[in-house]
Amino acid sequence: MVGIVSFGAYIPWYRISRKLLAQAWGWLSPPGVPGEKAVANYDEDSVTMAVSAGVDCITGIDREAIDGVYLATTSPPFKERENAEIVATALDLRPEIHTADFASTMKAGTAALISAYNAVKAGTARNVLVCAADCRLGKAGSPYEAQFGDAAAAVLVGEKDVAAEIKAFHTISHDFPDFWRTYWDDYERSWEDRFIREEAYAKFVPEAMSAALKKAGLEPKDIAKVCYPALFAREYMAIARRMGFEPNQLQPHMLDTVGNAGAAWPLLILVAALEEAKPGDRILMASYGNGSDAFVFEVTDAVTDVQSRIKGVKKHLESKKELTNYEKYLVFRELTPVEYGIRAQDTGITPLTEQWRKRRALFALVGTRCKRCGLPQFPPQRICVNPECNAWDEMEPYRFSDKKGVIFSFTEDHLAFHRVPPAIYGIIDFEGGGRWIFDFADVEPGMCKVGMTVVMTFRRKMVDKERGVITYFWKATPRLAE
Amino acid sequence: MGSIRDKVAIIGMGCTKFGERWDASGEDLIVEAVKEALEDANIELKDVEAAWMGLFYPHISLGPQGMPLSTTLKLPFIPVTRVENACASGTEAVRGAAYAVAAGVCDVALAVGVEKLKDIGFGGLPERNMPAVEGAGRFFFSTVSAPGAFAQMATRYFAKYEIPPDKGKEILARISVKSHEAGALNPKAHLRRRITVEEAVKAPIVAWPLGLYDCCGVSDGAAAAILVPAEKAKEYRDDPIYIKALQVAISSGEELMYNWDGVHVEPTVRAAQRAYKEAGIENPRKELDLLELHDCFSITELVTYEDIGVSPRGRAPEDVMSGFFDLKGEMPCQPDGGLKCFGHPIGASGIRMMYEIYKQLQGKAGERQKQGRCELGLTHNLGGFPFRATIGISILGAHKG
Repeated sequence: MVGIVSFGAYIPWYRISRKLLAQAWGWLSPPGVPGEKAVANYDEDSVTMAVSAGVDCITGIDREAIDGVYLATTSPPFKERENAEIVATALDLRPEIHTADFASTMKAGTAALISAYNAVKAGTARNVLVCAADCRLGKAGSPYEAQFGDAAAAVLVGEKDVAAEIKAFHTISHDFPDFWRTYWDDYERSWEDRFIREEAYAKFVPEAMSAALKKAGLEPKDIAKVCYPALFAREYMAIARRMGFEPNQLQPHMLDTVGNAGAAWPLLILVAALEEAKPGDRILMASYGNGSDAFVFEVTDAVTDVQSRIKGVKKHLESKKELTNYEKYLVFRELTPVEYGIRAQDTGITPLTEQWRKRRALFALVGTRCKRCGLPQFPPQRICVNPECNAWDEMEPYRFSDKKGVIFSFTEDHLAFHRVPPAIYGIIDFEGGGRWIFDFADVEPGMCKVGMTVVMTFRRKMVDKERGVITYFWKATPRLAE
Repeated sequence: MGSIRDKVAIIGMGCTKFGERWDASGEDLIVEAVKEALEDANIELKDVEAAWMGLFYPHISLGPQGMPLSTTLKLPFIPVTRVENACASGTEAVRGAAYAVAAGVCDVALAVGVEKLKDIGFGGLPERNMPAVEGAGRFFFSTVSAPGAFAQMATRYFAKYEIPPDKGKEILARISVKSHEAGALNPKAHLRRRITVEEAVKAPIVAWPLGLYDCCGVSDGAAAAILVPAEKAKEYRDDPIYIKALQVAISSGEELMYNWDGVHVEPTVRAAQRAYKEAGIENPRKELDLLELHDCFSITELVTYEDIGVSPRGRAPEDVMSGFFDLKGEMPCQPDGGLKCFGHPIGASGIRMMYEIYKQLQGKAGERQKQGRCELGLTHNLGGFPFRATIGISILGAHKG
């Protein structure tokens, strides 16, 4: 039986209300979608969000049993340098695994899922982690700025302890001129929405879903939840009606809470459905983008174990902070030049040699534990820092990224250069031992207290556009730490 | 362990006007400080046999090696060494000179500390040389500025001793108000305006909970000392000042990775203990007459009172509020205005502190002169961050034992 063994999700902390966007841009473009959208923090991108969803998905899973990582995104931070490999390294997976980027289309997430299924089915991998994330840019004031939301979802595909068996899938591919970005484009382009809606969305999605249902020998009434992106809200309902789905069979599409999450969107809706699913439920999921991929899943008893382990869509949806300042959104997405003063220019070369040597510490937050005295320590040490021990070269690797910590001391710093001042950082004591100084993520002034519980989250640390460098590291966050 | 006590004397010192010296280059500052020191010692530059220079940021103005000192002063091919231990570089320069004199390899040694900070184009210390920005540290270190690193001791101190933030800020403010009282009387200080507790508490926050008046200024400056063997000191002047102790202690790394309470600076404790032993001091609160502490931030001064054993643990706030450390108090601390009013040209500060103790012990501090016994003073110079610090402590005495 091949299917989804585990699943997880990530939705950033910040949400921006479309009312606020309309206040800024109503004079230019009429308000479209209602509700709010999820906004990646200034230090997040598709890779960091994919890592966060991946962490959620593989918590409690044996990392040694993962043989592949696929990253699906239309917004990879790197055009060259495998983005999936950054995710795999951050998740502290072995180097002897298959990694690949799936890109360029909103159906990249489901394309990766098909490849993962094929690999496991063929017996070339035991488990493949599919992470899908997107953080797409619409021009300021454009309908896409309002529609696009940032999020990630992850599913682990395997054949042991399957929580949702893949019963059938069907795929349709067309070089349809719906959405595109050329190599010189930063922002989304598209043809007329009526053309996309009527010629593509309204046709490809039901075609793929009907074919998948047929392959599984099922009818719409056999389906507990149907999951597909609401590219056009009214047409989304029309597709359901035409296919014979009742409103209670529709898994909420989250356009009004998260937004159009690109390659992550169909998987995000699927994960939300799996979080609520009962053993025996059948779930139909389809993507849209240059065609459509549709899947039929059958949920097993193993789903309850995953449900009890993960944070998932639900907890991430509940944990949110409204971004009430549109200008901050512009800063997060670098949509406007900002004056940071000469201090911000006082930077030097980033030694990528050191990044390579210390990759496991930097990307996976793996330190050392002294085999003699048992003290975990970060960064990795050769000589034990415990003055009662000071053993030389008796260290073993010790992962901190999955450990909780407490705030030992902190500050809100208005002097140090920071993209969104004040810089909030402090010293973290890890559960089980170990201490280091970290930047804090997803915090605002006045929130932190000595003794507060935190978890670690993978983020961008520094961006040097002059030299084309992005460094990643782990930050401490009180969000969803308890 | 050996001891430097009473082996070396200071026979001349110089200190520039500290401040935003738009008029002066790094070279000008060196000349200004050394000129005063030579005149004070009544010797000529050609008498100097070896020199040490404390300088932290060579890339801003002066450049690397001992070269800025030798080429500025046209030193005739003598040994010149640049030392760098962050903000404790000044004390390190004096240590290098003192050890050479004590070793008997040098009869007249020069120590200079200098920093030209105000050529960077923005306020505060440069980002460069910060672990979060420069070299491999940028991968692992959090964002960190000097005030941000020290501010964490304040959040920790308030939490540990259950001091409400508004009360805590008042205690810290009182420390700065005291230093401004002294700085106002000192023509060489950068900031010479008296401030009130209310002003200090209400000042804009730099790094919570530290506000503008909890932070020392950023200045240009230089200071210099001329050292000779103690037994020859009276050949130069009647009132030489003797080095009683000179200690440096540096973090092992355990504070930030293993074990530390966050409300003290461990190397200060270690350096002070060794310095007292070296100087033969048993009860610092009774025996010391005045202090020049590294008040880069008000919280640093607060915990240092405890770390050097003058105030009991957790009780420094009582001494602050009672005026024990005021200019007219029992043990004046920062009688020249401290880093608070002088600002902190990194390489210069350690020697600038000794300059004030030197003048006070000679009874030449004018309006700021400590009344009553004034025979033994301590300087405390801190480099780095509370959790990773280099500490230089000197104890200077008016009399040879």
